[in-house]
Amino acid sequence: MNLKDFKLESQREYWAKALVELGKKRKDIVVLSADLSSSVKTSLFANDFPERHFNVGIAEQNMMSIAAGLAACGKTAFASTFAAFGTGRVYDQIRQSIAYPKLNVKIIATHAGITVGGDGATHQIVEDLALMRALPNMTVIVPADAPETYRAIKAVADYIGPVYVRMGRANIPTITNSKGKFKIGKATVLRDGSDVSLIGTGIMVSRCLLAAEELKKHKISARVIDLSTIKPIDTKTIVKAARETGGVVTAEEHSSIVGMGSAVAMCLVENAHVPMKRVGIPDVFGQSGASDELMEKYGLTAENIIEASHDVIGRKGR
Amino acid sequence: MAVYDKRLISKLERKANLIRQHVVRMIYLAGSGHPGGSLSAVEVIVALYFHVMNIDPKKPDWPNRDRFILSKGHGCPTWYATLAEKGYIPVEELDTLRKLGSRLQGHPDMRACPGVEASTGSEGQGLSMGVGMALAARLDRKLYHVYVMIGDGELDCGQTWEAAMAASHFHVDNLTAIVDRNMLQLDGPTAHIMSVEPLADKWKAFGWHVTEIDGHNFKEILRALEKSKDVKGRPNLIIAHTVKGKGVSYMEGAVGFHGKAPTKEEYELAMEELGGKP
Repeated sequence: MNLKDFKLESQREYWAKALVELGKKRKDIVVLSADLSSSVKTSLFANDFPERHFNVGIAEQNMMSIAAGLAACGKTAFASTFAAFGTGRVYDQIRQSIAYPKLNVKIIATHAGITVGGDGATHQIVEDLALMRALPNMTVIVPADAPETYRAIKAVADYIGPVYVRMGRANIPTITNSKGKFKIGKATVLRDGSDVSLIGTGIMVSRCLLAAEELKKHKISARVIDLSTIKPIDTKTIVKAARETGGVVTAEEHSSIVGMGSAVAMCLVENAHVPMKRVGIPDVFGQSGASDELMEKYGLTAENIIEASHDVIGRKGR
Repeated sequence: MAVYDKRLISKLERKANLIRQHVVRMIYLAGSGHPGGSLSAVEVIVALYFHVMNIDPKKPDWPNRDRFILSKGHGCPTWYATLAEKGYIPVEELDTLRKLGSRLQGHPDMRACPGVEASTGSEGQGLSMGVGMALAARLDRKLYHVYVMIGDGELDCGQTWEAAMAASHFHVDNLTAIVDRNMLQLDGPTAHIMSVEPLADKWKAFGWHVTEIDGHNFKEILRALEKSKDVKGRPNLIIAHTVKGKGVSYMEGAVGFHGKAPTKEEYELAMEELGGKP
Protein backbone atom coordinates (compact mmCIF):
# COMPACT_ATOMS: atom_id res chain seq x y z
CA MET A 1 0.00 0.00 0.00
CA ASN A 2 1.23 3.42 -0.98
CA LEU A 3 -0.02 6.99 -0.75
CA LYS A 4 -0.70 6.80 -4.50
CA ASP A 5 -3.24 4.03 -3.91
CA PHE A 6 -5.61 6.45 -2.18
CA LYS A 7 -8.10 8.67 -3.88
CA LEU A 8 -7.34 12.30 -2.95
CA GLU A 9 -10.30 14.50 -2.11
CA SER A 10 -10.95 17.99 -0.78
CA GLN A 11 -12.30 18.35 2.74
CA ARG A 12 -13.39 21.87 1.85
CA GLU A 13 -15.65 20.63 -0.93
CA TYR A 14 -17.28 18.06 1.31
CA TRP A 15 -17.83 20.59 4.08
CA ALA A 16 -19.47 22.97 1.62
CA LYS A 17 -21.61 20.15 0.20
CA ALA A 18 -22.84 19.30 3.69
CA LEU A 19 -23.46 22.98 4.43
CA VAL A 20 -25.56 23.53 1.32
CA GLU A 21 -27.61 20.42 2.09
CA LEU A 22 -28.16 21.67 5.63
CA GLY A 23 -29.12 25.10 4.31
CA LYS A 24 -31.85 23.56 2.17
CA LYS A 25 -33.36 21.68 5.09
CA ARG A 26 -32.86 24.15 7.90
CA LYS A 27 -33.78 27.82 7.83
CA ASP A 28 -31.96 28.39 11.10
CA ILE A 29 -28.56 27.86 9.46
CA VAL A 30 -26.66 31.07 8.78
CA VAL A 31 -23.11 31.41 7.49
CA LEU A 32 -20.44 34.04 8.03
CA SER A 33 -17.30 34.61 6.01
CA ALA A 34 -14.41 37.04 6.26
CA ASP A 35 -13.32 37.75 2.69
CA LEU A 36 -12.28 34.14 2.14
CA SER A 37 -15.62 32.70 1.03
CA SER A 38 -14.22 31.36 -2.22
CA SER A 39 -11.29 29.73 -0.41
CA VAL A 40 -13.28 28.21 2.44
CA LYS A 41 -16.10 27.37 -0.01
CA THR A 42 -18.87 29.16 1.84
CA SER A 43 -19.40 30.87 -1.52
CA LEU A 44 -21.44 27.80 -2.50
CA PHE A 45 -23.85 28.44 0.37
CA ALA A 46 -23.87 32.15 -0.48
CA ASN A 47 -24.91 31.34 -4.06
CA ASP A 48 -27.92 29.35 -2.92
CA PHE A 49 -28.89 31.34 0.18
CA PRO A 50 -27.57 34.89 -0.22
CA GLU A 51 -29.87 36.30 2.48
CA ARG A 52 -28.38 33.89 5.04
CA HIS A 53 -24.74 34.53 4.23
CA PHE A 54 -22.87 37.47 5.72
CA ASN A 55 -19.45 38.42 4.42
CA VAL A 56 -17.97 40.83 6.95
CA GLY A 57 -14.73 41.52 5.13
CA ILE A 58 -11.34 41.05 6.79
CA ALA A 59 -12.81 41.50 10.26
CA GLU A 60 -12.74 38.14 11.99
CA GLN A 61 -13.32 39.56 15.47
CA ASN A 62 -16.49 41.16 14.24
CA MET A 63 -17.45 37.91 12.49
CA MET A 64 -17.21 35.86 15.70
CA SER A 65 -19.26 38.29 17.79
CA ILE A 66 -21.89 38.79 15.07
CA ALA A 67 -22.15 35.00 14.88
CA ALA A 68 -22.71 35.00 18.64
CA GLY A 69 -25.50 37.58 18.32
CA LEU A 70 -27.20 35.52 15.62
CA ALA A 71 -26.89 32.39 17.76
CA ALA A 72 -28.30 34.21 20.78
CA CYS A 73 -31.45 34.74 18.69
CA GLY A 74 -31.84 31.07 17.77
CA LYS A 75 -29.66 30.75 14.69
CA THR A 76 -27.14 27.97 14.09
CA ALA A 77 -24.20 30.07 12.95
CA PHE A 78 -21.30 28.67 10.91
CA ALA A 79 -18.34 31.08 10.86
CA SER A 80 -15.64 30.01 8.48
CA THR A 81 -12.14 31.22 7.73
CA PHE A 82 -8.54 29.98 7.72
CA ALA A 83 -7.52 28.29 10.97
CA ALA A 84 -4.89 30.93 11.73
CA PHE A 85 -7.47 33.71 11.58
CA GLY A 86 -10.31 31.70 13.10
CA THR A 87 -8.46 30.94 16.36
CA GLY A 88 -5.41 33.00 17.37
CA ARG A 89 -6.59 36.25 15.82
CA VAL A 90 -9.97 36.01 17.55
CA TYR A 91 -9.28 34.05 20.70
CA ASP A 92 -10.87 36.56 23.04
CA GLN A 93 -13.97 36.89 20.86
CA ILE A 94 -14.37 33.12 20.82
CA ARG A 95 -13.78 32.99 24.54
CA GLN A 96 -16.21 35.71 25.62
CA SER A 97 -18.77 35.95 22.82
CA ILE A 98 -19.09 32.22 22.09
CA ALA A 99 -17.59 29.74 24.55
CA TYR A 100 -18.44 31.43 27.87
CA PRO A 101 -22.15 31.85 27.00
CA LYS A 102 -22.10 28.44 25.23
CA LEU A 103 -23.68 29.82 22.08
CA ASN A 104 -24.47 27.73 19.05
CA VAL A 105 -21.61 28.87 16.84
CA LYS A 106 -19.59 26.49 14.68
CA ILE A 107 -16.12 27.65 13.77
CA ILE A 108 -15.15 25.88 10.58
CA ALA A 109 -11.44 26.36 9.98
CA THR A 110 -9.68 25.41 6.79
CA HIS A 111 -6.01 25.77 5.77
CA ALA A 112 -4.75 24.45 9.12
CA GLY A 113 -1.24 23.09 9.60
CA ILE A 114 1.85 23.08 7.41
CA THR A 115 0.18 21.46 4.39
CA VAL A 116 -0.99 24.99 3.54
CA GLY A 117 2.38 24.96 1.76
CA GLY A 118 3.67 28.03 -0.05
CA ASP A 119 1.95 30.64 2.11
CA GLY A 120 4.43 29.90 4.88
CA ALA A 121 4.42 30.19 8.65
CA THR A 122 2.00 33.12 8.98
CA HIS A 123 -0.75 30.93 7.54
CA GLN A 124 0.41 27.52 8.84
CA ILE A 125 -1.08 27.50 12.31
CA VAL A 126 0.12 24.55 14.37
CA GLU A 127 -1.21 25.72 17.75
CA ASP A 128 -4.94 26.02 17.09
CA LEU A 129 -5.87 22.74 18.75
CA ALA A 130 -4.13 23.88 21.93
CA LEU A 131 -6.10 27.12 21.94
CA MET A 132 -9.44 25.47 21.28
CA ARG A 133 -8.87 22.52 23.63
CA ALA A 134 -8.22 24.93 26.47
CA LEU A 135 -11.64 26.57 26.22
CA PRO A 136 -14.42 25.33 28.49
CA ASN A 137 -17.63 24.43 26.57
CA MET A 138 -15.70 23.95 23.32
CA THR A 139 -15.90 20.75 21.26
CA VAL A 140 -12.92 20.15 18.97
CA ILE A 141 -13.14 17.99 15.85
CA VAL A 142 -10.49 17.10 13.28
CA PRO A 143 -11.90 14.88 10.52
CA ALA A 144 -9.53 12.40 8.90
CA ASP A 145 -10.64 12.86 5.31
CA ALA A 146 -13.24 14.41 3.06
CA PRO A 147 -16.12 11.96 3.66
CA GLU A 148 -15.62 12.12 7.41
CA THR A 149 -15.67 15.92 7.14
CA TYR A 150 -19.07 15.67 5.46
CA ARG A 151 -20.45 13.42 8.20
CA ALA A 152 -18.88 15.52 10.95
CA ILE A 153 -20.47 18.73 9.64
CA LYS A 154 -23.90 17.07 9.70
CA ALA A 155 -23.34 15.94 13.30
CA VAL A 156 -22.03 19.34 14.32
CA ALA A 157 -25.16 21.02 12.95
CA ASP A 158 -27.32 18.75 15.12
CA TYR A 159 -25.28 19.40 18.25
CA ILE A 160 -26.19 22.53 20.21
CA GLY A 161 -23.14 24.48 21.39
CA PRO A 162 -19.78 25.80 20.25
CA VAL A 163 -17.67 23.57 18.02
CA TYR A 164 -14.30 24.00 16.33
CA VAL A 165 -13.76 21.92 13.19
CA ARG A 166 -10.26 21.81 11.72
CA MET A 167 -9.34 20.85 8.20
CA GLY A 168 -6.50 21.44 5.75
CA ARG A 169 -6.22 23.04 2.37
CA ALA A 170 -4.74 20.08 0.52
CA ASN A 171 -6.65 17.23 -1.08
CA ILE A 172 -6.03 14.31 1.24
CA PRO A 173 -6.36 10.51 1.04
CA THR A 174 -9.89 9.20 1.39
CA ILE A 175 -9.88 6.41 3.93
CA THR A 176 -13.49 6.38 5.18
CA ASN A 177 -16.82 6.62 3.41
CA SER A 178 -19.81 8.90 3.71
CA LYS A 179 -22.03 6.21 5.24
CA GLY A 180 -23.20 6.19 8.82
CA LYS A 181 -23.46 8.89 11.42
CA PHE A 182 -20.50 10.73 12.86
CA LYS A 183 -20.55 10.43 16.62
CA ILE A 184 -19.00 13.41 18.38
CA GLY A 185 -16.62 12.15 21.06
CA LYS A 186 -16.25 8.66 19.61
CA ALA A 187 -12.97 7.48 18.10
CA THR A 188 -13.03 4.92 15.30
CA VAL A 189 -10.85 1.82 15.20
CA LEU A 190 -10.00 1.57 11.50
CA ARG A 191 -7.74 -1.44 11.81
CA ASP A 192 -7.33 -3.90 14.63
CA GLY A 193 -3.94 -4.81 16.02
CA SER A 194 -2.26 -6.15 19.15
CA ASP A 195 1.35 -4.91 19.31
CA VAL A 196 1.01 -1.13 19.18
CA SER A 197 -1.76 1.48 18.77
CA LEU A 198 -1.36 4.22 16.21
CA ILE A 199 -3.66 7.08 17.10
CA GLY A 200 -3.95 9.66 14.35
CA THR A 201 -5.95 12.73 13.63
CA GLY A 202 -6.64 14.61 10.38
CA ILE A 203 -4.33 13.87 7.47
CA MET A 204 -2.09 11.75 9.72
CA VAL A 205 -4.68 8.97 10.00
CA SER A 206 -3.87 7.96 6.43
CA ARG A 207 -0.17 7.91 7.35
CA CYS A 208 -0.99 5.67 10.32
CA LEU A 209 -2.72 3.20 7.96
CA LEU A 210 0.33 3.18 5.69
CA ALA A 211 2.60 2.66 8.68
CA ALA A 212 0.45 -0.22 9.94
CA GLU A 213 0.67 -1.92 6.54
CA GLU A 214 4.44 -1.56 6.55
CA LEU A 215 4.76 -2.77 10.15
CA LYS A 216 2.79 -5.88 9.22
CA LYS A 217 5.69 -6.85 6.94
CA HIS A 218 7.86 -6.86 10.06
CA LYS A 219 5.31 -9.06 11.88
CA ILE A 220 4.12 -6.14 13.97
CA SER A 221 0.37 -5.89 14.38
CA ALA A 222 -0.67 -2.24 14.68
CA ARG A 223 -4.09 -0.98 15.67
CA VAL A 224 -5.10 2.23 13.92
CA ILE A 225 -7.47 4.68 15.58
CA ASP A 226 -8.99 7.73 13.96
CA LEU A 227 -9.26 10.19 16.85
CA SER A 228 -11.47 12.71 15.10
CA THR A 229 -12.83 14.31 18.25
CA ILE A 230 -10.01 15.81 20.28
CA LYS A 231 -12.41 17.17 22.90
CA PRO A 232 -14.28 15.56 24.55
CA ILE A 233 -11.65 12.86 24.16
CA ASP A 234 -12.67 9.20 23.87
CA THR A 235 -10.84 7.96 26.96
CA LYS A 236 -12.46 4.53 26.78
CA THR A 237 -11.21 3.64 23.29
CA ILE A 238 -7.75 5.07 23.99
CA VAL A 239 -7.30 3.27 27.31
CA LYS A 240 -8.60 -0.01 25.89
CA ALA A 241 -6.13 0.26 23.00
CA ALA A 242 -3.27 1.08 25.36
CA ARG A 243 -4.05 -1.87 27.61
CA GLU A 244 -4.55 -4.34 24.79
CA THR A 245 -1.55 -3.33 22.68
CA GLY A 246 0.82 -2.13 25.41
CA GLY A 247 2.12 0.90 23.50
CA VAL A 248 0.83 4.05 21.83
CA VAL A 249 2.03 6.29 19.02
CA THR A 250 0.14 9.50 18.25
CA ALA A 251 0.39 11.36 14.95
CA GLU A 252 -0.87 14.86 14.15
CA GLU A 253 -0.16 17.73 11.80
CA HIS A 254 0.11 20.09 14.75
CA SER A 255 2.64 21.13 17.34
CA SER A 256 3.49 17.99 19.26
CA ILE A 257 3.80 19.76 22.61
CA VAL A 258 0.23 21.02 22.87
CA GLY A 259 -2.03 19.12 20.52
CA MET A 260 -3.81 15.79 20.26
CA GLY A 261 -0.72 13.86 21.41
CA SER A 262 -0.57 15.74 24.66
CA ALA A 263 -4.31 15.16 25.16
CA VAL A 264 -3.74 11.41 24.71
CA ALA A 265 -0.71 11.55 27.03
CA MET A 266 -2.82 13.13 29.75
CA CYS A 267 -5.43 10.47 29.25
CA LEU A 268 -2.84 7.67 29.52
CA VAL A 269 -0.93 9.04 32.49
CA GLU A 270 -4.11 8.89 34.52
CA ASN A 271 -5.42 5.59 33.21
CA ALA A 272 -2.89 3.27 31.56
CA HIS A 273 0.88 3.48 31.90
CA VAL A 274 2.32 2.28 28.62
CA PRO A 275 5.23 3.50 26.52
CA MET A 276 4.17 6.31 24.22
CA LYS A 277 5.66 8.48 21.48
CA ARG A 278 4.23 11.57 19.82
CA VAL A 279 4.72 12.23 16.14
CA GLY A 280 4.03 15.87 15.35
CA ILE A 281 5.58 19.17 14.45
CA PRO A 282 8.39 20.10 16.82
CA ASP A 283 8.15 23.36 18.74
CA VAL A 284 8.89 25.54 15.70
CA PHE A 285 7.11 27.66 13.10
CA GLY A 286 6.75 26.26 9.59
CA GLN A 287 7.99 27.73 6.30
CA SER A 288 7.11 27.86 2.63
CA GLY A 289 7.43 24.71 0.58
CA ALA A 290 5.44 21.99 -1.11
CA SER A 291 3.09 20.11 1.23
CA ASP A 292 4.86 16.76 0.86
CA GLU A 293 8.28 18.36 1.32
CA LEU A 294 7.07 20.03 4.50
CA MET A 295 5.54 16.81 5.80
CA GLU A 296 8.94 15.18 5.37
CA LYS A 297 10.92 18.10 6.75
CA TYR A 298 8.85 18.25 9.95
CA GLY A 299 8.67 14.52 10.53
CA LEU A 300 5.10 13.75 9.53
CA THR A 301 5.52 10.67 7.35
CA ALA A 302 4.58 7.01 7.67
CA GLU A 303 8.29 6.34 8.21
CA ASN A 304 8.29 8.62 11.25
CA ILE A 305 5.35 6.65 12.65
CA ILE A 306 7.08 3.33 11.96
CA GLU A 307 10.22 4.54 13.72
CA ALA A 308 8.16 5.73 16.69
CA SER A 309 6.38 2.35 16.80
CA HIS A 310 9.70 0.47 17.02
CA ASP A 311 10.80 2.81 19.78
CA VAL A 312 7.59 2.25 21.74
CA ILE A 313 7.66 -1.52 21.30
CA GLY A 314 11.32 -1.54 22.37
CA ARG A 315 10.42 0.21 25.60
CA LYS A 316 7.66 -2.21 26.58
CA GLY A 317 8.15 -3.93 29.94
CA ARG A 318 11.10 -1.77 30.92
CA MET B 1 -41.36 67.29 19.05
CA ALA B 2 -42.67 64.85 21.57
CA VAL B 3 -43.95 66.24 24.83
CA TYR B 4 -43.48 64.08 27.87
CA ASP B 5 -45.80 63.91 30.78
CA LYS B 6 -44.24 65.48 33.87
CA ARG B 7 -45.36 62.50 35.89
CA LEU B 8 -43.48 60.13 33.59
CA ILE B 9 -40.31 62.18 33.85
CA SER B 10 -40.50 62.43 37.63
CA LYS B 11 -41.23 58.68 37.87
CA LEU B 12 -38.11 57.98 35.82
CA GLU B 13 -36.06 60.41 37.90
CA ARG B 14 -37.13 58.70 41.11
CA LYS B 15 -36.25 55.32 39.57
CA ALA B 16 -32.84 56.62 38.53
CA ASN B 17 -32.16 57.86 42.05
CA LEU B 18 -33.18 54.49 43.50
CA ILE B 19 -30.93 52.67 41.01
CA ARG B 20 -28.02 54.90 42.07
CA GLN B 21 -28.58 53.94 45.70
CA HIS B 22 -28.61 50.26 44.76
CA VAL B 23 -25.44 50.65 42.71
CA VAL B 24 -23.46 52.36 45.47
CA ARG B 25 -24.67 49.83 48.04
CA MET B 26 -23.93 46.83 45.80
CA ILE B 27 -20.40 47.94 45.06
CA TYR B 28 -19.78 48.85 48.68
CA LEU B 29 -20.97 45.42 49.84
CA ALA B 30 -19.00 43.66 47.12
CA GLY B 31 -15.86 45.55 48.07
CA SER B 32 -14.98 45.99 44.41
CA GLY B 33 -16.58 47.09 41.16
CA HIS B 34 -16.91 50.06 38.85
CA PRO B 35 -19.03 52.86 40.31
CA GLY B 36 -18.04 55.65 37.89
CA GLY B 37 -19.20 54.05 34.66
CA SER B 38 -22.22 52.48 36.37
CA LEU B 39 -23.51 55.84 37.59
CA SER B 40 -23.00 57.64 34.27
CA ALA B 41 -25.19 55.06 32.50
CA VAL B 42 -28.20 55.16 34.85
CA GLU B 43 -30.65 57.45 33.03
CA VAL B 44 -30.28 55.81 29.61
CA ILE B 45 -30.76 52.31 31.02
CA VAL B 46 -33.71 53.40 33.17
CA ALA B 47 -35.36 55.09 30.17
CA LEU B 48 -34.95 51.94 28.08
CA TYR B 49 -36.34 49.54 30.68
CA PHE B 50 -39.07 51.73 32.17
CA HIS B 51 -40.42 53.37 29.06
CA VAL B 52 -38.89 52.51 25.70
CA MET B 53 -38.32 48.79 25.38
CA ASN B 54 -40.98 46.24 24.53
CA ILE B 55 -40.24 43.65 27.20
CA ASP B 56 -41.91 41.37 29.70
CA PRO B 57 -39.96 40.56 32.88
CA LYS B 58 -42.16 37.51 33.41
CA LYS B 59 -41.04 36.16 30.05
CA PRO B 60 -37.36 37.08 29.74
CA ASP B 61 -36.98 34.69 26.76
CA TRP B 62 -39.99 36.00 24.82
CA PRO B 63 -38.73 35.84 21.19
CA ASN B 64 -40.20 39.21 20.13
CA ARG B 65 -38.71 41.22 22.99
CA ASP B 66 -36.46 44.18 22.40
CA ARG B 67 -32.84 43.44 23.31
CA PHE B 68 -30.38 45.46 25.36
CA ILE B 69 -26.66 44.73 25.47
CA LEU B 70 -24.35 46.45 27.90
CA SER B 71 -21.16 46.26 25.87
CA LYS B 72 -19.32 48.13 28.63
CA GLY B 73 -19.91 45.16 30.90
CA HIS B 74 -18.19 46.72 33.91
CA GLY B 75 -21.22 49.00 34.32
CA CYS B 76 -23.39 45.97 35.14
CA PRO B 77 -24.41 47.03 38.67
CA THR B 78 -26.75 49.54 36.98
CA TRP B 79 -28.08 46.82 34.67
CA TYR B 80 -28.66 44.40 37.57
CA ALA B 81 -30.33 47.06 39.72
CA THR B 82 -32.61 48.01 36.82
CA LEU B 83 -33.48 44.37 36.16
CA ALA B 84 -34.31 43.96 39.84
CA GLU B 85 -36.48 47.09 39.96
CA LYS B 86 -38.22 45.88 36.80
CA GLY B 87 -38.92 42.48 38.35
CA TYR B 88 -36.51 40.14 36.57
CA ILE B 89 -34.71 39.24 39.79
CA PRO B 90 -35.45 39.88 43.49
CA VAL B 91 -34.18 43.22 44.78
CA GLU B 92 -32.59 41.44 47.79
CA GLU B 93 -30.40 39.51 45.37
CA LEU B 94 -28.55 42.70 44.48
CA ASP B 95 -26.52 42.31 47.68
CA THR B 96 -24.92 39.16 46.22
CA LEU B 97 -23.02 41.05 43.50
CA ARG B 98 -19.57 39.49 42.95
CA LYS B 99 -20.11 36.92 45.72
CA LEU B 100 -19.36 33.23 45.21
CA GLY B 101 -22.27 31.44 43.54
CA SER B 102 -24.13 34.65 42.67
CA ARG B 103 -26.04 35.12 39.42
CA LEU B 104 -24.70 38.66 39.48
CA GLN B 105 -21.20 38.10 38.20
CA GLY B 106 -18.63 40.90 38.23
CA HIS B 107 -19.26 41.24 34.51
CA PRO B 108 -22.55 40.12 32.92
CA ASP B 109 -23.13 36.41 32.31
CA MET B 110 -26.14 35.82 30.04
CA ARG B 111 -26.42 32.21 31.21
CA ALA B 112 -26.65 33.21 34.85
CA CYS B 113 -28.97 36.20 35.16
CA PRO B 114 -32.45 36.51 33.61
CA GLY B 115 -32.71 39.57 31.40
CA VAL B 116 -28.99 39.71 30.66
CA GLU B 117 -28.86 39.35 26.89
CA ALA B 118 -25.13 39.04 26.33
CA SER B 119 -21.97 38.15 28.20
CA THR B 120 -19.63 41.11 28.11
CA GLY B 121 -16.69 42.53 30.02
CA SER B 122 -13.83 42.22 27.60
CA GLU B 123 -14.40 45.49 25.83
CA GLY B 124 -15.48 46.11 22.27
CA GLN B 125 -17.55 43.03 21.46
CA GLY B 126 -21.10 44.12 22.27
CA LEU B 127 -21.83 46.16 19.17
CA SER B 128 -20.94 43.21 16.95
CA MET B 129 -23.26 40.99 18.99
CA GLY B 130 -25.96 43.61 18.55
CA VAL B 131 -25.46 43.56 14.77
CA GLY B 132 -25.93 39.78 14.87
CA MET B 133 -29.14 40.10 16.89
CA ALA B 134 -30.47 42.79 14.57
CA LEU B 135 -29.72 40.63 11.52
CA ALA B 136 -31.50 37.69 13.17
CA ALA B 137 -34.61 39.85 13.58
CA ARG B 138 -34.52 40.70 9.89
CA LEU B 139 -34.18 37.03 8.87
CA ASP B 140 -37.08 36.06 11.14
CA ARG B 141 -39.18 39.05 10.06
CA LYS B 142 -39.50 40.10 13.67
CA LEU B 143 -39.97 43.69 14.71
CA TYR B 144 -37.78 43.86 17.79
CA HIS B 145 -35.19 46.59 18.23
CA VAL B 146 -31.68 46.06 19.56
CA TYR B 147 -30.04 48.59 21.86
CA VAL B 148 -26.34 48.48 22.65
CA MET B 149 -24.66 50.73 25.16
CA ILE B 150 -20.97 51.21 24.52
CA GLY B 151 -18.50 53.01 26.73
CA ASP B 152 -16.41 55.80 25.27
CA GLY B 153 -13.30 53.76 26.16
CA GLU B 154 -14.62 51.10 23.80
CA LEU B 155 -14.21 53.58 20.96
CA ASP B 156 -10.49 52.69 21.18
CA CYS B 157 -11.32 49.11 20.16
CA GLY B 158 -10.95 48.26 16.49
CA GLN B 159 -13.83 45.83 16.72
CA THR B 160 -16.26 48.63 17.59
CA TRP B 161 -15.49 50.23 14.24
CA GLU B 162 -15.65 46.88 12.44
CA ALA B 163 -19.16 46.55 13.82
CA ALA B 164 -19.97 50.16 12.90
CA MET B 165 -18.98 49.44 9.29
CA ALA B 166 -20.90 46.17 9.17
CA ALA B 167 -24.12 47.62 10.63
CA SER B 168 -24.07 50.29 7.99
CA HIS B 169 -23.07 47.90 5.19
CA PHE B 170 -25.92 45.52 6.02
CA HIS B 171 -28.35 48.47 6.39
CA VAL B 172 -29.32 47.40 9.87
CA ASP B 173 -31.92 49.91 11.07
CA ASN B 174 -33.33 48.02 14.03
CA LEU B 175 -30.16 48.77 15.97
CA THR B 176 -29.44 51.74 18.21
CA ALA B 177 -26.07 52.20 19.85
CA ILE B 178 -25.70 54.61 22.72
CA VAL B 179 -22.24 55.89 23.64
CA ASP B 180 -21.96 56.62 27.34
CA ARG B 181 -19.70 59.62 26.69
CA ASN B 182 -18.42 60.29 30.19
CA MET B 183 -15.00 61.41 28.90
CA LEU B 184 -12.99 59.22 31.26
CA GLN B 185 -11.47 55.78 31.09
CA LEU B 186 -9.40 53.75 33.53
CA ASP B 187 -6.10 55.50 32.88
CA GLY B 188 -7.48 59.02 32.58
CA PRO B 189 -9.39 61.37 30.27
CA THR B 190 -10.30 59.71 26.97
CA ALA B 191 -8.81 62.69 25.11
CA HIS B 192 -5.41 61.96 26.70
CA ILE B 193 -5.49 58.19 26.34
CA MET B 194 -6.71 57.94 22.76
CA SER B 195 -8.33 60.74 20.81
CA VAL B 196 -11.72 59.77 19.40
CA GLU B 197 -13.02 63.18 18.30
CA PRO B 198 -14.62 64.34 16.11
CA LEU B 199 -16.89 61.56 17.30
CA ALA B 200 -20.19 62.47 15.68
CA ASP B 201 -18.47 63.07 12.34
CA LYS B 202 -16.73 59.72 12.54
CA TRP B 203 -20.00 57.85 13.02
CA LYS B 204 -21.71 59.89 10.32
CA ALA B 205 -18.86 59.00 7.97
CA PHE B 206 -19.49 55.35 8.84
CA GLY B 207 -23.07 55.76 7.63
CA TRP B 208 -24.89 56.11 10.94
CA HIS B 209 -27.70 58.45 11.90
CA VAL B 210 -26.25 60.42 14.81
CA THR B 211 -27.91 62.34 17.65
CA GLU B 212 -26.17 64.07 20.56
CA ILE B 213 -27.95 64.48 23.86
CA ASP B 214 -27.49 65.18 27.54
CA GLY B 215 -27.38 61.62 28.85
CA HIS B 216 -28.86 62.60 32.21
CA ASN B 217 -31.87 64.46 30.79
CA PHE B 218 -34.83 62.11 30.43
CA LYS B 219 -36.68 64.29 27.94
CA GLU B 220 -33.71 64.30 25.61
CA ILE B 221 -33.04 60.59 26.14
CA LEU B 222 -36.65 59.56 25.44
CA ARG B 223 -36.88 61.79 22.40
CA ALA B 224 -33.65 60.42 20.92
CA LEU B 225 -34.50 56.78 21.65
CA GLU B 226 -37.99 57.05 20.19
CA LYS B 227 -36.80 58.94 17.15
CA SER B 228 -34.16 56.29 16.48
CA LYS B 229 -36.91 53.73 15.80
CA ASP B 230 -38.13 55.79 12.85
CA VAL B 231 -34.79 55.99 11.05
CA LYS B 232 -34.89 53.62 8.09
CA GLY B 233 -32.08 52.00 6.15
CA ARG B 234 -29.25 52.81 8.54
CA PRO B 235 -28.23 52.26 12.13
CA ASN B 236 -28.61 54.86 14.87
CA LEU B 237 -26.07 56.27 17.24
CA ILE B 238 -26.87 58.37 20.26
CA ILE B 239 -23.94 60.14 21.85
CA ALA B 240 -25.11 60.56 25.44
CA HIS B 241 -22.95 63.18 27.14
CA THR B 242 -22.69 62.05 30.73
CA VAL B 243 -20.73 62.61 33.90
CA LYS B 244 -18.76 59.71 35.27
CA GLY B 245 -19.83 58.97 38.83
CA LYS B 246 -22.98 61.08 38.36
CA GLY B 247 -24.99 61.69 41.53
CA VAL B 248 -22.21 61.23 44.07
CA SER B 249 -20.27 64.47 44.56
CA TYR B 250 -16.81 63.04 45.14
CA MET B 251 -17.18 60.46 42.36
CA GLU B 252 -18.27 62.91 39.68
CA GLY B 253 -15.54 63.30 37.09
CA ALA B 254 -13.10 61.37 39.29
CA VAL B 255 -10.93 58.90 37.40
CA GLY B 256 -10.11 57.21 40.69
CA PHE B 257 -13.64 55.84 40.95
CA HIS B 258 -13.51 53.99 37.65
CA GLY B 259 -12.89 50.70 39.37
CA LYS B 260 -12.83 51.22 43.12
CA ALA B 261 -15.41 50.54 45.82
CA PRO B 262 -16.24 53.30 48.31
CA THR B 263 -15.00 53.00 51.89
CA LYS B 264 -17.57 52.88 54.71
CA GLU B 265 -17.40 56.64 55.20
CA GLU B 266 -17.61 57.29 51.47
CA TYR B 267 -20.54 54.91 51.19
CA GLU B 268 -22.43 56.66 53.98
CA LEU B 269 -21.79 60.05 52.44
CA ALA B 270 -22.96 58.82 49.03
CA MET B 271 -26.19 57.45 50.48
CA GLU B 272 -26.80 60.68 52.31
CA GLU B 273 -26.35 62.63 49.08
CA LEU B 274 -28.71 60.28 47.25
CA GLY B 275 -31.27 60.53 50.02
CA GLY B 276 -31.10 56.83 50.87
CA LYS B 277 -30.48 54.84 54.00
CA PRO B 278 -27.00 53.35 54.40
